[in-house]
Amino acid sequence: MADTAQPIAVALEDATVSFRVAGDRVYTAVAQASLSVAHGEFVAIVGPTGCGKSTLLNVAAGLLKPAAGSVRIFDRPLDGLNRDAGYLFQADALFPWKTAIENVAIGLEVMGAPRAQALQRAQGWLTSVGLGAFGNRYPHMLSGGQRKRVGLAQVLIRDPRILLMDEPFGPLDAQTRQIMGNLLLELWSADRKAVLFVTHDLEEAIALADRVVIMSAGPSARIIGDWRVPLPRPRDIAEIRMEKDFHALHREIWRVLKDEVMKGYAQSSQAAEAG
Amino acid sequence: MSRSTLLMLQLLVAVVGLALWQFLTTVPVFGRVLLPPFFFSNPVDVASQIAKWFWTGVIWKHLIITLWESILAFTIGSIGGVLVGFWFARQPRVAAVFDPYVKMVNALPRVVLAPIFTLWLGLGIWSKVALGVTLVFFIVFFNVYQGVKEVSPTVLDNGRMLGMSERQLTRHVYWPSALSWMFSSLHTAVGFAVVGAVVGEYLGSAAGLGYLIQQAEGVFDVAAVFAGMFVLSAFVILIDMVVTLVERRLLVWRPSAAEGRG
Repeated sequence: MADTAQPIAVALEDATVSFRVAGDRVYTAVAQASLSVAHGEFVAIVGPTGCGKSTLLNVAAGLLKPAAGSVRIFDRPLDGLNRDAGYLFQADALFPWKTAIENVAIGLEVMGAPRAQALQRAQGWLTSVGLGAFGNRYPHMLSGGQRKRVGLAQVLIRDPRILLMDEPFGPLDAQTRQIMGNLLLELWSADRKAVLFVTHDLEEAIALADRVVIMSAGPSARIIGDWRVPLPRPRDIAEIRMEKDFHALHREIWRVLKDEVMKGYAQSSQAAEAG
Repeated sequence: MSRSTLLMLQLLVAVVGLALWQFLTTVPVFGRVLLPPFFFSNPVDVASQIAKWFWTGVIWKHLIITLWESILAFTIGSIGGVLVGFWFARQPRVAAVFDPYVKMVNALPRVVLAPIFTLWLGLGIWSKVALGVTLVFFIVFFNVYQGVKEVSPTVLDNGRMLGMSERQLTRHVYWPSALSWMFSSLHTAVGFAVVGAVVGEYLGSAAGLGYLIQQAEGVFDVAAVFAGMFVLSAFVILIDMVVTLVERRLLVWRPSAAEGRG
């Protein structure tokens, strides 16, 4: 969207991330990535497996420090953890020893809210993710999709200005993914946070996002494409897949992505043979 | 197998075992008693010995002493293990410095410490408590240490992203994780507390189940030795049942083994 009046929520400039592996060899996961997410914008990052999508997200979260380049959050250089961001992890990240409602309330308790009040607001959030009656369950008593809902409520209750999501619906089955996608869009449309959403599923990316960013296969993954998604909102992500514009865009992006996916696949099978 | 069949079979094992024991120690086979009663006693004598202890009430004093020693050993050892385990896990440098000494002390068979504890603490309950503590401490210590070290990195990152300070991470993440590991070693720890108490009593004391067995042995009263062993087993099983109840209350959040992991 061309509304440049919106402030930039996340700005990565020439961010390079490397890890030290085995002695003094250095593995560069992401090379010179530049990416910006405007306030209220939903950006999806798509790339082949192992291309460093999550690495980029961790940089935006402040969990990783780039070796070179800069990270600016709302026009201020990021130092330490990104306090404006909520992070929905790919793996299970709920506290297993807390009930669903305690898991949601903790974000407020940590900020110093009285427990009773935190629990009350947590109940509200659980209801809005459709789990109003499940507050007393422990994470292991919930299904994968339900745990993701709790995770979403846990992140959103703190009202972060930026939402970082790392393949959050990856482990779920196809139907549940669609339901979760619609739930996410519904919650997001209420106050339009800046969203950086990592996925390997191009269809999911187009259905959800305002912009789709494509990364090349790693190592030294780069950003190789940036598309605007001209589909109208509100969207139903099951139905939007039927539209002509959706298909046209999908075909266009896939032409670029396909090569990278094949490259990534070749590399990982080589690595598997070598290992 | 249904519950009742299982119970029947379990009882059958006991009945057959006892019958065989009674038979071999009392009935001559080919003109000879295979198990001399002097060394093996027989179930009837043992049972009457147990009944006599409970009837006259002498056993209660010994049971209470052993129970008390076990409880003290467990409590002190656990508190120590939790504190030191937590401290070491959060301060890797401290852990690295003490590491060889921890290994050294843990490698030591604790029984050899018993005479020293008796010298230092006398024949009363405290020398037995000390022996139990050395056993319980290391189990709890290693488990808590592991529990803190093995906190899922994702859960930790999640805590950080939710705005937790180091202190809040300790309270909401490290601490519960460490305690859950400690509770999962509860059975072993309680078992070792009893072992410490009984072995300590056996090696030198004036009361307790270990003392009872040792006294009986001293006068070749084999029936009383066996009787003491049976009472001790029943005592441990009872304690174990209590532990299971406690565990169920404390670890409600954990998937039970039947549900599998995941």
